[in-house]
Amino acid sequence: MATLTYRDALNQALREEMQRDHDVFLMGEEVGVYQGAYKVSRGLLEEFGPKRIVDTPIAELGFAGIGVGAAMAGLRPVIEFMTWNFAVLALDQIVNSAAKILYESGGQIPIPIVFRGPNGAALQLAAQHSQAWDSWLSHIPGLKVVAPATPADAKGLLKSAIRDNNPVIVLEGEMLYNLKGEVPEGEHLVPIGRADVKRPGRDVTFICHSKTVSVALKAAEQLAEREGVSAEVLDLRSLRPLDEEAIVGSVARTNRAVVIEEGWPHAGIGAQVVDIIQREAFDQLDAPVLRVTQADVPMPYNKQLERLAKPSTDRVVAAARRVLYLD
Amino acid sequence: MATNVYMEALSPTMEEGRVVKWHKRDGDPVKTGETLAEVETDKAVMDLVARADGVLRQVAAAEGQTVAVGSVVAVIAAPGENVSAPSAPPPPASTGGGKRDAGSEMRDAGGGMREAAGVAVAPADATRVKASPLAKRMAREAGVDLKLLSGSGPGGRVVKRDLEGAAPRAPAPAVAPTVAESHPASQIPHPAPLGIPHPASSGAPYEDVPLTQIRKTIAKRLAASLGPIPHFFLTTEVDMERASEARDALNKQLGDQGAGKVSFNDIIIKATAHALTKHPACNAWFQEDHIRYWHEVHIGMAVAVEDGLITPVIRNAESKSLADIGREAKELAERARNRRLQPNEYTGATFSVSNLGMFDIDQFTAVINPPEAGIIAVGSIVQKPVVVDGQLTPRRRMRITMSCDHRVIDGATGAAFLRTLKQMLENPLAMLL
Repeated sequence: MATLTYRDALNQALREEMQRDHDVFLMGEEVGVYQGAYKVSRGLLEEFGPKRIVDTPIAELGFAGIGVGAAMAGLRPVIEFMTWNFAVLALDQIVNSAAKILYESGGQIPIPIVFRGPNGAALQLAAQHSQAWDSWLSHIPGLKVVAPATPADAKGLLKSAIRDNNPVIVLEGEMLYNLKGEVPEGEHLVPIGRADVKRPGRDVTFICHSKTVSVALKAAEQLAEREGVSAEVLDLRSLRPLDEEAIVGSVARTNRAVVIEEGWPHAGIGAQVVDIIQREAFDQLDAPVLRVTQADVPMPYNKQLERLAKPSTDRVVAAARRVLYLD
Repeated sequence: MATNVYMEALSPTMEEGRVVKWHKRDGDPVKTGETLAEVETDKAVMDLVARADGVLRQVAAAEGQTVAVGSVVAVIAAPGENVSAPSAPPPPASTGGGKRDAGSEMRDAGGGMREAAGVAVAPADATRVKASPLAKRMAREAGVDLKLLSGSGPGGRVVKRDLEGAAPRAPAPAVAPTVAESHPASQIPHPAPLGIPHPASSGAPYEDVPLTQIRKTIAKRLAASLGPIPHFFLTTEVDMERASEARDALNKQLGDQGAGKVSFNDIIIKATAHALTKHPACNAWFQEDHIRYWHEVHIGMAVAVEDGLITPVIRNAESKSLADIGREAKELAERARNRRLQPNEYTGATFSVSNLGMFDIDQFTAVINPPEAGIIAVGSIVQKPVVVDGQLTPRRRMRITMSCDHRVIDGATGAAFLRTLKQMLENPLAMLL
């Protein structure tokens, strides 16, 4: 198995899917000549030409709408947003068109489109450019949402997203693009809606996705070394649909859970996960489920404050100690 | 954010508590787990501990005052936090509406306190046992009464680890019913007379044996005819000559070592525990739809206290040395008299011993402490003329009366146990067998 960066794994997925299906095309700001703001589309213009690798003006609502129209006409567009912070401008097309046309056409017009781009905070990009849209997008019936944490999952989920006949949101991460990992070559598909145990454990489950997976893994290591606590790390991978079976199964084994996410606490993904746990695993719980999220404030620009506002290993360890009644 | 300090239910049956002494004063910094005050419950004097870090404020119950469980007696404020003026004093206990009303009146009266308390939620009913859903399920499956456990979680919540000590993790209790289901009752292999399994090698502290139809009928009929617990009594007179000699010899040796002395009661507890291991049918709890035969022997030891009676428990008495039993019994009795017993120290006995020998009582009958199935009542040791080998000789004699719960113990079962106990006391070396 080759070791690739997350960005190259995405690139591989795009290339393979474009080779496989001529209806697949990529459109967005700087995806062609500049080869992508984060170089995800490196070499694709050269290989597939400007008809399938389409540079757009700075007009998110416009090119998202062109994408939806192309999907209605039978193509399989992949729309890249330079960041999901900019995609807010395109929400009308995503929420009102892409998510609803199949329903409103009485099931006649599927919208096989992928909207992808980096999500959440990087470093010191300040309040307007450091937002996690996970829960906003997962709220909408008609959309599927995936948030891969590893290069292998990035490739496998993007390929599945492109082949899916529904609009799929792919949440990537600027801080993830350089992450290296082993990636299976060729036909590697990760099914949408299937969580993955990234580290098995007995005492507490860390439910996380995207960037918080590495935070949870570090916390699990620390707890194992310092406290002899065995933490399970469950990577949701898909935020809609959620893998209820995996969540409930893990909590049934460990009896305790901490849900970690990059977004804000109010009505976050974790709130939905906690709802599942309290309903489906009530009799398995030995402690209230705790959440670790971004602080409930616009992201501070100040470096130290930004660090404190993000979910951290320390906060995950502290939450784990509480649900384990170690304090 | 400030945290309310509630009068907590420090014993399973406590409804109100009297503040004996505040260990912390208004303005003192406190840490989670630190003792704030001593509280006299219906059974003992217990510590009320801090459930948060901060500064103690608004102490609203004076020393000597009795307040209802669930009332706010103080507030723990964050350092530097400005909590509003002290609120009305807590309502006296047991006047007017129940404790729930008292609690809410308290909160309503202290308008500022509600604000200071933030989202801290008052227990709706502080006498209820708090347990995690998992702990409740484990307790239900293991047949453990949550009220007998003291929770180690926040606010006394019973959590998984509290049950791991109390409930068997071994498969014994889960397996036993399966066996019973898969075979007709009559085909269950009986490893011991009366169908009571010997202490299992599984390591489980007990085994639940479902009631057979005849046992159910006996239970129902006897209970209906004789009252809630159908007692019957067996009395035997025990020759205590050799036990006395053994005690004198032991105490001489212990005295030389500077250790505490062994009492007759300690010897009786030890012998009782030992006899129970040979008669597991008497070391049992009646549990409505099943009888729990214990593999461990926990002896309840009736201790008279100033205004009543309490039975501290000597756990695993069968495996403790006489010296250990003596030391523990002395220490428990002393703390019982000072009302310093923790709830887990006076619950969970499998059999009890009540001794009124020191009051020159020849013989009496003791009342069973449910769910235990038996108790022995021990009279005084007196010199009596006794015929031994055709000769009239003075011997030290003692009468023991056993009260049996007929739903669990039948006449011959109790008599067999009592005979073993008598043999052990008359020939203490038999305990070595």
